[in-house]
Amino acid sequence: MTPASPPTIADGRDSERLVLQHIWAPPTGPLRWFREVNAQVIGRRYIITALMFFVLGGIEALLIRIQLARPENRFLNPDLYDQIFTLHGSTMMFLFAVPVMQGLALYFVPLLLGARNVALPRLAAFSYYVYLFGGLFLYIGLLSNTGPDAGWFAYTPLSGPQFSSGVRLDFWTQMIICTNISALAIAVVVIVTALKQKPPGMSLNRMPVFVWAMTIQSFMVLFAMPVVISAATMLFLDRSIGTNIFNSAEGGDPLLWQHLFWFFGHPDVYIVFIPPMGMAAEIISTFCGRPVVGYQAIVLAEISTGFLSFGLWVHHMFATGLPQLGATIFTAASMMIAVPTGIQIFCFIATMWIGRPRLQVPLLWVAGFIATFIIGGFTGVMLASVPFDVQVHDTFFVVGHLHYVLIGATVFSVMGALYYWFPKMSGRMLDSTLGVWSFWLAFIGFNVTFLPMHVLGLRGMPRRIYTYLPGLGWSNLNLLITIGAFILATGFFLTLLNVIKSRSNGKEAGTNPWRASSLEWKIPSPPPSYTFLDVPVLPSGGPSEDEEPEGVVRGFDASRCELLMTNVVDGSPDYRYIVPGPSIWPFLLGLTSTLTFAGIAFDVRRWAPIGAALCIIMLIGWFWPTRNSRLTQTMETAE
Amino acid sequence: MPYYLWNMFAWLFGILWVIIVCFMTIGLLRSGHATRISERAGERAVATGAGFTVVILFALIIMSSAIAREISIVQSQPNELKVRVTGHQWWWEFQYQDDPPDHLLTTANELHIPIGRPVRMEVRSGDVIHSFWVPSLSPKIDAIPDHFNEIVFQANQVGTYRGQCAEFCGLQHAHMGFLVVAETPAVFQNWLNHQLEPSQESLSTEEQQGRHVFLSSPCVVCHTVRGTSAFGGTAPDLTHLASRTTIGAALLSNTPGNLSGWITDSQRVKPGTQMPPIDIASQDMQPLLSYLDALK
Repeated sequence: MTPASPPTIADGRDSERLVLQHIWAPPTGPLRWFREVNAQVIGRRYIITALMFFVLGGIEALLIRIQLARPENRFLNPDLYDQIFTLHGSTMMFLFAVPVMQGLALYFVPLLLGARNVALPRLAAFSYYVYLFGGLFLYIGLLSNTGPDAGWFAYTPLSGPQFSSGVRLDFWTQMIICTNISALAIAVVVIVTALKQKPPGMSLNRMPVFVWAMTIQSFMVLFAMPVVISAATMLFLDRSIGTNIFNSAEGGDPLLWQHLFWFFGHPDVYIVFIPPMGMAAEIISTFCGRPVVGYQAIVLAEISTGFLSFGLWVHHMFATGLPQLGATIFTAASMMIAVPTGIQIFCFIATMWIGRPRLQVPLLWVAGFIATFIIGGFTGVMLASVPFDVQVHDTFFVVGHLHYVLIGATVFSVMGALYYWFPKMSGRMLDSTLGVWSFWLAFIGFNVTFLPMHVLGLRGMPRRIYTYLPGLGWSNLNLLITIGAFILATGFFLTLLNVIKSRSNGKEAGTNPWRASSLEWKIPSPPPSYTFLDVPVLPSGGPSEDEEPEGVVRGFDASRCELLMTNVVDGSPDYRYIVPGPSIWPFLLGLTSTLTFAGIAFDVRRWAPIGAALCIIMLIGWFWPTRNSRLTQTMETAE
Repeated sequence: MPYYLWNMFAWLFGILWVIIVCFMTIGLLRSGHATRISERAGERAVATGAGFTVVILFALIIMSSAIAREISIVQSQPNELKVRVTGHQWWWEFQYQDDPPDHLLTTANELHIPIGRPVRMEVRSGDVIHSFWVPSLSPKIDAIPDHFNEIVFQANQVGTYRGQCAEFCGLQHAHMGFLVVAETPAVFQNWLNHQLEPSQESLSTEEQQGRHVFLSSPCVVCHTVRGTSAFGGTAPDLTHLASRTTIGAALLSNTPGNLSGWITDSQRVKPGTQMPPIDIASQDMQPLLSYLDALK
């Protein structure tokens, strides 16, 4: 969607635009698609790919619901059902929720900071290919009867070599490693971009809430993803070369897997929950016509959520027979995380009261997010209570709870963000009538689907069963839930239709259709490849993040791609950084490393050395010094 | 127990949800004409809300921990019944531990307990992780290989309660149920005494023929019938099969028709089950069913 020529605005600066257009020009040639390193292009690919996986995960959810609509249904056999529900969880967590947040971050963090690209664009490009191929391979696995079947949580010993033969889980561990490596890489990109590329005048305590949220999320990714990568590697080693780490017969411990998995898994819930809080803050601030109330409280709440989220993984394991004192500590931590979450919600509601809300589609999705997410938060507090949890743990009560959190917060806010930012990304407005229909269908369908699940759980229906006997009082509610799931899917389908329709036929968006005040709305829609004609300088010292720029940064070298690097804390200019341009190597390395991981799943002894050698060749190519290279990093003080 | 907890949670959080959503809705709809509210007032409202949150959560933590303490009394009581339960893919083995070692009763998928007496379950796993759960009687406790978990529960009313594996354990996790039959102490004692006896000895001609079919079939590789030469140890004990109300881990009612379908085509009835389909000649089927039916 990069425009072919710079937009012509009669301000006499077309020549400057031409120069910028020239030095930030997208790659050319037959391989241009693979050489892209522009953050907006990679970010858009991330978002589209993640939404594609969301559709696949949604189709799996519908298949699951058809199977469960009637007792003793034979629509899916248990083997296929297990693969489908495993892939549903793996897709939604690893291939949709985390990547869609990171894609939005790649696209919008630089725009919210007035930057022309992210700091490490080639790393971002590499990460995209690892994610894309890792996800695709997982689905190729499903189609070739190599789909994982031990649940997205893959508890040992069921997932171990004794009880899951074949390569199904080997392949799963390797693809999980791929997607998490990509998440790690993007986290690094986002952290460096957010901390080092704030425009002059934007000190750390004035960074937009969304950028804060993505920074905190990225730090959480840095601590959580290595744990699941190591756990998956240990499981793979158990399976491939007999290390017996999780094999109790040889002195290992199957519970270790649960600790490792949930030490990643619980923060992961907040990894996909903190960015929605940031998006909600941006949307609420725009549609209430004022900055959010309690900016500092929100940011501090998000930081404390980040810390607390690493201290409550054991509430997934209350039924494993833990000592009572330990369980109590995790009860307290799990309940207390509701405090920072509550503070953010209260701040949002206070902003609505103080501001003048315009209830347009993005704000509607955010309101839906708050109304549903609160229920998920409440049931979460209930589940933190050991005596309550050991009754409803591993029942449909928990299925209801987690979808209230993950759909209520993550999906609804991504929908809101899509309606909010689509005009910026495409230059076209999404149809608001269709948007309202989509919202209400999804909102009603969502509640019809997931509210009855709590009742089912209280009536004793366990999770992850492929069918159930008639006469247990579960049949009618399950049928209702299946109907609700189709209403929900229709709601989301309308948005998909809206996107396809509006991409070419939507109303022209213009620069700032929502009368928003943040920086991304000061440049044309869609943004040119150089994003900002002028890198802004913000007035310092004011309380608001949303003031008009008071000046512009001058002194960029007009012959190469440069980014302004600023001080982490106060945003004062540090130096100009020559950012690497288009390159084929991120693609080649991404492809090679994913193929290596896939090969390792089948034969570790053969493919590990071959793959490592190939990856080293790609890395040599990537870092090969050239005389006239944009890679040469120089530091100069900005004027 | 969890029902009063659930009621309390449901009321408390239901009311809080209505309050918060009302606040949000009014905030969204009052635009335009409403009086301006100062930022200061907004921040005070947030602080008040946060204060309430902290107080409510502290109360809940204390209450929850107190209840957890109260219900997890693990000291052994003199009159408790000790049973070891072992989860297998995909059935339950129950071993009554009270009797002298030569009298250990092993049975499957149907747990009989006396009412009014605590039952201490020693929860083990024979393969992967399972979770022992009787929704109306007992909270969940995982059966983990080489971990020794215990749970104590008690039934106070005569009745049959359904239990079910709660941790995903593979293909037939869905059909890994069991029944808990709570009886008066006298009835329970009769049942226990009967179960401790070896299998039925006095058999009709047809039943004797059936026993011959049984003992010369692959059944004996996995199943035990005490009093005969069948002592396989990897599948449910069949000594008193006919006294149970279900087969296939609470999947089907124990009728000759279901039993014959289960024997010949177990993979269609319960896809993935460890029980292979057994090829029984058609003239042998009726005697075999008669024999199994005689294992009262």
